[in-house]
Amino acid sequence: MPKKNMGVSEMAKEKQFSRRDFLKTTGVATGGIIGGSLLGGLIGFNMDGTENTSTDTKSESSESSSEGLIIPEKGRIFFSKDEDFKVIEAAMERIFPDSDIGPGAKELGAAYFLDGQLAGAYGNNSREYMQGPFYEGTATQGYQSNLNRAEYFTLGIRKLQEESNDRFEKSFAELEAGEQDEILKDFEDDKVDFDIPRSTATAGYFFQLLREATLEGVYSDPIYRGNRNMGGWKMKQFPGHQHSYLNLIDSDEFQDIEPMPNFG
Amino acid sequence: MVKELEKVDVVTIGAGWTGGIVAAETAKAGLKVKSLERGGYRDTNDYQRVHDELKYAQRYELMQDTSVETLTFRNKRDERALPVRRLGSFLPGNGRGGAGTHWNGQTDRYMAYDFEIKSMTEKKYGKDKLGEDSGLRYRDWGITFDEMEKYYDKFEKTAGVSGEENPLGEKRSSPYPNPPMIKTKSLKLFEEAAKKLELHPVMMPSANMSQNYTNPDGEKLNQCQYCAFCERFACEYDAKATPDVTVLRTAEKTGNYEIRYNSNVTEIVTDEKDKNKVTGVKFIDTETREEYFQPADVVVLTSFLFNNYKLLRVSEIGEQYDPETETGTLGSNYCYQTGLGATGFFDEQYNTFMGAGALGMILDDFNGDNFDHEDLDFIHGGSIHFTQTGLRPILNNKVREGTPAWGEEFKKESVENFTRTLEVYSMAHTGPHRDHYLDLDDTYKDAYDNPQVMLTYNWTEQDNARNKYLTEKCAEIVEKMGAKHIDVQNGDLGDYDIVPYQSTNISGGTPMGTDPKNSVVNTWLQHWDRDNLFVAGSSTFVHNSGNNPTGTVGAFAYRCAEGIIKYHKDNQRLED
Repeated sequence: MPKKNMGVSEMAKEKQFSRRDFLKTTGVATGGIIGGSLLGGLIGFNMDGTENTSTDTKSESSESSSEGLIIPEKGRIFFSKDEDFKVIEAAMERIFPDSDIGPGAKELGAAYFLDGQLAGAYGNNSREYMQGPFYEGTATQGYQSNLNRAEYFTLGIRKLQEESNDRFEKSFAELEAGEQDEILKDFEDDKVDFDIPRSTATAGYFFQLLREATLEGVYSDPIYRGNRNMGGWKMKQFPGHQHSYLNLIDSDEFQDIEPMPNFG
Repeated sequence: MVKELEKVDVVTIGAGWTGGIVAAETAKAGLKVKSLERGGYRDTNDYQRVHDELKYAQRYELMQDTSVETLTFRNKRDERALPVRRLGSFLPGNGRGGAGTHWNGQTDRYMAYDFEIKSMTEKKYGKDKLGEDSGLRYRDWGITFDEMEKYYDKFEKTAGVSGEENPLGEKRSSPYPNPPMIKTKSLKLFEEAAKKLELHPVMMPSANMSQNYTNPDGEKLNQCQYCAFCERFACEYDAKATPDVTVLRTAEKTGNYEIRYNSNVTEIVTDEKDKNKVTGVKFIDTETREEYFQPADVVVLTSFLFNNYKLLRVSEIGEQYDPETETGTLGSNYCYQTGLGATGFFDEQYNTFMGAGALGMILDDFNGDNFDHEDLDFIHGGSIHFTQTGLRPILNNKVREGTPAWGEEFKKESVENFTRTLEVYSMAHTGPHRDHYLDLDDTYKDAYDNPQVMLTYNWTEQDNARNKYLTEKCAEIVEKMGAKHIDVQNGDLGDYDIVPYQSTNISGGTPMGTDPKNSVVNTWLQHWDRDNLFVAGSSTFVHNSGNNPTGTVGAFAYRCAEGIIKYHKDNQRLED
């Protein structure tokens, strides 16, 4: 049977105990090979892990908030047009919808996650080979587009809108869930013709990028602005960043552990 | 203007497991050693915030940057090879420690059968069994397990490997240096099921420390905390044996060793006066873009497989393999592994998010020639694994076959199954094939204007038959474990796909042997055409086994180091 949910302070106590224990048994505290940085991490165990936002002034007194740092909950870097953002947010919500088991991609901030990613190395394919010539490959040869992901998403959003206007004379963001699903399904099955060379972009590959980005936005560390309130992790019973399971690894009982972010 | 540096006794190209082992042994023997590492310096201090699935497991923080260097790929010789723009199927490392930084620590030995696969198969089943008509090109390695045992033993002690006696394993000269890892509830479930089927599960040999450990070189490692961030990550706690915390530290302590970082070797230079020797290597400082020449008595190529091949090729050392005529050896014997199995869906929840890279159980009942192949359409086999490496949420979204890949049903199932699925899978051998090889690409170039390596590879009929057999065995175990639903992977994979991650256990390209006609190096890993050039790593393997390769990579690196020390004294070829 699952272990009962512990209160935050109880959890913190138990963890601090086990941490002291492991520092003692392994001799890190005395040997000091890792020293400062590892011990520094202990401070974080008192934190409740909830996300602080600028609008939440009540949490300003917590030790995590640095004065003057304001990151608006709905701030964006990459998407300059509100409508584009609404479209991607709506599409992600259909990939991972709000349901009785927990929040969906929208509430979890997956689109804000993607916004940050597209503005950086991921969007620019900085660590990927982007030299030509470009050809459409076989199914087993992978990504061969000359577009980086920022460009690919921009194109994909445009195509979602065109498809939505053609079929329903509305913005994708305004459609009923069933209508959105119908379009997304055709994207997934690569049935929507982008009317450009397939070596440049396809509906099928755009859908793959969208699906992958949604799961990343739902489940990555909250530092990336998705997985808000660690709601994705709580739903999946993933405890996030824990230094040690040494005292629990041989337990026959399922451990329901309050998640910890990497910084907190 | 190429700047010439002061000569050293030994230079290694790369500072991962093989470079580190060679450096530690030769520096301890008093030689002046330098490693040229294309990546940067990094150590445990860099890993204190490593529990970040997006950064490390999805964005490949510790891996090779393909904008600098990648490879091109095709399934068949008549196709156009295209660049691997984003890493997928395998993940080469970069920087201090190389791929040894992000490995899981699963440390097997190969079987006696592996080293003598051709003669043992032929003797038992006849020559036809080797599948030469279908293009397979099996041969013996030119060395036996018994000759290799002491080197395995040495590597396992360096890496603090934990484990228990495998009733189906080869004879050991000494027990594992550490006791097995902790056996968890799901491991026990697997063990019971396998034993009911009269199989022989043992704890997986692990280079995650089962207890605090000091290795024979005096390097200290800490007990593993089962934090579940191992594979694709680096250990923040010095609890996983990596080159950084073992052999590189050992080499550095001697005072005879130096690593030069951000140094990308572009050429191995042959001695103009004596074509059987090299004089050193050319490299580019990746920060300043200045070019250097590093002279050395002995050059050791210790980079990842593709670069071992590539540096020989662009330096015009050895003859390129041609699949049409089957002449030349450089680039031949490229092999991979498959990892198919069965997933069990359970009602009960397991602590799947806890674990360690090498926490698991393994059985060799269907590996090598441990089972009769008389009526089977393949040789060799694979080990069967059950691991608890620690699941993370972005990459693990198990749903039953036929479930949509998105939407409400997907969400419900993938969330519930995160703690309710257990997988039994195989790690299977593939054999060398006439049409599977490395060459240089005519079109695509790396950041230093050298051609990219071109890989031609596909699965064979034997691979499909082997995989069908092994996935059925996996499914039988999952059934005995009491799963309420089982999904079995299709053993017939179709064309090899470079996109999804499969395994970083790749091999071949510079194979070893006893005959220069079919190998690149001898069994001391000394190049046939250049007496003072050695090539270490899985690129020297003749085929890929049904076990993890790092133990064998490490063992051969120790043998190679022994050879280099001897060669440096008497300048004699080692096979004589």
